[in-house]
Amino acid sequence: MSQPQTTSQPGAPRRAIPDRLGTPVGRMLSSWEVLLFGVAVAIFIANSLASPYFLDAWNLSDATFNFTEKAMIAFAMALLIIAGEIDLSVAAIIALASTAMGAAAQVGIGTPGLVLIGIGTGLACGAFNGMLVSVLKLPSIVVTIGTMSLFRGISYIVLGDKAYGGYPDSFAYFGQGYLVWVFSFEFGLFLLTAAVFAVLLHATNFGRQVFVIGNNEFAARFSGVPVERVKFTLFLLTGLMSGIAAVCLTSRLGSTRPSIAQGWELEVVTMVVLGGVSILGGAGTIAGVVIAAFVMGLVTFGLGLLNVPGIVMSIFVGLLLIVTIALPILARRIRQASRS
Amino acid sequence: MTKLLKSRELLLSGIIILMVAGFATRAEGFAEPGNLANIFNDTAILIMLALAQMTVILTKSIDLSVAANLAFTGMAVAMTNAAFPDLPLLVLIVMALGIGAFLGSINGFLVWVLQIPPIVVTLGTLTIYRGMAFVLSGGSWVNAHQMTPTFLNVPRTVLLGLPVLSWVAILVVIGMGFLLTRTPFGRSAYASGGNPVAAVYAGIDIGRTRFFAFVLSGAMAGLCSYLWVSRYAVAYVDIANGFELDSVAACVIGGISIAGGIGSVAGAVLGSLFLGVIKNALPVIGISPFAQMAISGIVIILAVVFNARAEAKKGRIILRDRASAEVTA
Repeated sequence: MSQPQTTSQPGAPRRAIPDRLGTPVGRMLSSWEVLLFGVAVAIFIANSLASPYFLDAWNLSDATFNFTEKAMIAFAMALLIIAGEIDLSVAAIIALASTAMGAAAQVGIGTPGLVLIGIGTGLACGAFNGMLVSVLKLPSIVVTIGTMSLFRGISYIVLGDKAYGGYPDSFAYFGQGYLVWVFSFEFGLFLLTAAVFAVLLHATNFGRQVFVIGNNEFAARFSGVPVERVKFTLFLLTGLMSGIAAVCLTSRLGSTRPSIAQGWELEVVTMVVLGGVSILGGAGTIAGVVIAAFVMGLVTFGLGLLNVPGIVMSIFVGLLLIVTIALPILARRIRQASRS
Repeated sequence: MTKLLKSRELLLSGIIILMVAGFATRAEGFAEPGNLANIFNDTAILIMLALAQMTVILTKSIDLSVAANLAFTGMAVAMTNAAFPDLPLLVLIVMALGIGAFLGSINGFLVWVLQIPPIVVTLGTLTIYRGMAFVLSGGSWVNAHQMTPTFLNVPRTVLLGLPVLSWVAILVVIGMGFLLTRTPFGRSAYASGGNPVAAVYAGIDIGRTRFFAFVLSGAMAGLCSYLWVSRYAVAYVDIANGFELDSVAACVIGGISIAGGIGSVAGAVLGSLFLGVIKNALPVIGISPFAQMAISGIVIILAVVFNARAEAKKGRIILRDRASAEVTA
């Protein structure tokens, strides 16, 4: 992820320092999260006008399944991207973890064992990525393209064109169970992990170190930040969250194919970037990612109610990704042009 | 440095020859010229796409949308052929090149003018282009019987012992070799990836170089789209799914640095052939084709480890890191 944003004049200062910071309220209103929240509300209203089936507690509850699993990975991915790395193997980790759980279920291992195996596989994969990036100092984007092939490839070797099923009945709770009324277990887990990651990123030493590494790794080293250890931990966390997502997804689908969660890495990265996390590292909030998760969930659910096929929805997701990154850049450009 | 690069390519050629010899002991006739020509023909499209990908990677970018571009353009060309069978093939090829280059220029424009990181742009356009292929076709297939015989037969016509598809690949290899080592564009591509700051001081417009690298990559995807559709005699939304990673893998195996500025045409060709030999050998030696994905994964990881070592030996790490840190800051 060391794609530098080259400026046309290398001598010019790379970050303009504004003369006035503006009022606190003005700054808050123009923040990415508030803008995104506005978008979410607009989509919500548009959806409820477009389809009479949208405003229904159970339908909305179903809609949350569109994003809860992806969002759980996105929280960990947000930290990783803020630190200037990326993990494209998350969906492949889900495939491998799900395959491991499926294989275990065939030999009659019970629900607690299956959950441990799923999460353990995720952690192991994360540790493998982390080792390659932090110990061998390899660029994470190529490494995780490689491990993406490797992890999913192992699933293909194990399963070929077959599928695993026959999970114990109690295993279904993680993806299909409800805590109270319409609030699913997954939605609860989503809120819980959001809170945990928000605290981790915004209120701990570790979180500050993540920002420092993303902003200036060179300076971070001189300041005594254990860069390698932090990066390793981040990959481990991403593996952990992918393992948890694998448990939820496998439980929800009730079967495992090697093509499970195909293409999710893309949607997770889109969610993170849409949430205002800088793809160049160094900036971002968990709140933004949470709102982005809702936006993407609402868009896909709304389009689904209008009978738009999945692949056409992916066009919207791709456009959303590019437009949300391009707009702030264009806005800044216009502002600068009008000032000078 | 030239010495190191040379040894790198020699090493890779050696490994490929050893692999072919090894597979030949398990399966008779694997190393026969006829079979080797088949493997080359099979790998031709990968070679061409890897060379285009390499040009993009040299400029410190990446194009993940090549396979989606191929799918969309291939669908457009196949549908045009099915709808207007009288249209000469040359028009279709020009059309494929044009559509491909246009889609590539969208990537290039977003990278150049809006300065959005290439990985984000092409992740986005990857889903958009493949989605557009679905919108264009409505999810239906274009099958062999809907295509004209000329459309299907030209790439398979044998000329001087090799199919036209192979000859196209050979011409592309020669052309790319010339473009990258003998033209201002090629040198700019190396310079803008090797040291962007120095490149700017040397009067090279990095953004423009990247833009043209993406246009080239798109045009190549367009050319390959016709060759792909005609070779497999079918066009549908999911053709070449995941092929963008194969093209990146071929580059990485061939010693092209993902950080830009380092790599050779011979490396990309050998990297593609390496993958091509494995792909063709697996069924022959009785390994399930399902193992191919995992093997590519391991090979990519090993190649990255190897590249990192080779690049680390190159010189003064401290200075290089300082320079890159200053650029990123």
